[in-house]
Amino acid sequence: MAGRTPLFDAHVRAGARMVPFAGWEMPLQYGSQVAEHHAVRNEAGMFDVSHMTVTDVSGAAAAAFLRRVVANDVERLAGPGKALYGAVLNESGGVVDDVIVYRLAGRYRVVSNAGTRDRVVPWLSERAGPFDVALRERRDLAMLAVQGPQALARFQEATGRTEASELAFFDVCEAGDWMIARTGYTGEDGVEVLVPAAAAEPLWRDLLQAGVAPAGLGARDTLRLEAGLNLHGQDMDESVTPLESNMAWTVAWDPPERDFVGRGALEAQRRHGSPDKLTGIVLEERGVLRRGMAVRTETDAGVLTSGAFSPTLGCGIGLARLPRSARGAVRIEVRGASRRGRIVRPPFVRHGKRVYE
Amino acid sequence: MSECPTELVYAETHEWARLDEDGNVLVGISDYAQDQLGDVVYVELPELDRSVGAAEEAGVVESVKAASDIYAPVTGTVVAVNDGLEDAPELVNGDPYGDGWLFAIEPADESELEDLMDAETYAEFCESAADADAGDVDDLVDGDELDESFSVDDD
Repeated sequence: MAGRTPLFDAHVRAGARMVPFAGWEMPLQYGSQVAEHHAVRNEAGMFDVSHMTVTDVSGAAAAAFLRRVVANDVERLAGPGKALYGAVLNESGGVVDDVIVYRLAGRYRVVSNAGTRDRVVPWLSERAGPFDVALRERRDLAMLAVQGPQALARFQEATGRTEASELAFFDVCEAGDWMIARTGYTGEDGVEVLVPAAAAEPLWRDLLQAGVAPAGLGARDTLRLEAGLNLHGQDMDESVTPLESNMAWTVAWDPPERDFVGRGALEAQRRHGSPDKLTGIVLEERGVLRRGMAVRTETDAGVLTSGAFSPTLGCGIGLARLPRSARGAVRIEVRGASRRGRIVRPPFVRHGKRVYE
Repeated sequence: MSECPTELVYAETHEWARLDEDGNVLVGISDYAQDQLGDVVYVELPELDRSVGAAEEAGVVESVKAASDIYAPVTGTVVAVNDGLEDAPELVNGDPYGDGWLFAIEPADESELEDLMDAETYAEFCESAADADAGDVDDLVDGDELDESFSVDDD
């Protein structure tokens, strides 16, 4: 039986096409997926992301525990009100999951993927043993992402809460039983809001009233891909490291004595150089890129880990895992034909504009 | 329920066909098909003067979700293609029976049209297809399955 978020009825009322997704019934789209994409790029859209996994970490050793299980270093969070993105690694340096860690007053909050819940929740529990910490999964909360150039203004109009506008990128605050963070997965400005389940539908209604467009999983996927953001299970998983996944920036090597899970394997790979990289691909002919398509340079070969038609750019884009030496022009096997493309450094789009060279 | 104009005939692969006064058969995809596919972003049409057999692959309609092959509903020669779709593939969604037409065939044998479904039969066909796979695109789609393209979510 698939799970339903507190917003299930609201989705159905808004005309959503509900699809099974990571054990949940989620909205794929409400009408046109492309229109939802543009609404987020040009104005404001909202996503129900209540299916994601939320774990509160408290106790005297909360920071020490997170410094052990997350490859980024929560010690970099100057105080409550800051967040960071990082990877949970296995001993081989493979990416078990990618997470955002929010530092709140007296505790941390970890938001991880829906699809990895059954893997990550026990993973963290098992490693918490030696630490004086308490882990608590927050299934009592709902989560909404409000994204787009108008997101902050409309969120404030809908809720009367002014806190959001005072947050810098990747800042977070608590306002009563709400958590408001200036984070997202679209490459646009906006907030992600965690509220008690019962508050989700009134918030959704108020946001609708303020002109925020409902957006589904389909638009979420094209937005994140344009923004060059990885999707766990496609662009990286436990078989590849952050160094092979365009995530080297999320690994905190200093201080060298911090012994996070996977550090040994990552350091070895760093010394010898990782054979592969994850990079962006732009299709220079008409058509659509899809996950799994073969990519070739004159000397190297790889595969698309994600692919789509970019509504903002009007062309096919994708992410590909290729040998580290791969540069420049590529040929992509598109439905039996060899099409012209090239390697670019992601992201493709930031704040509504093309950003790659 | 999606719209099925009664003056058209339909293939099981969800193309519609209409015999025009000039003797050519105009071809497009049905309202049901465009709805199942979602936003169309790219259309590949057959070359002019190409000979096609009934049920032969003649083009591709790609949506945000998947690629779907288009089959010629009758045997004949391609005498026109809808060039407007190059810049505006979304016409297939907005006007599947009008400006979103795909191509025209000069038929070798008009009577092949009789092998296709009338609107009522096609509407029933779509309904049973929808029941069978709970509204999934299924045989319409030979590209990524939905669950595959969106298997795992992220922050």
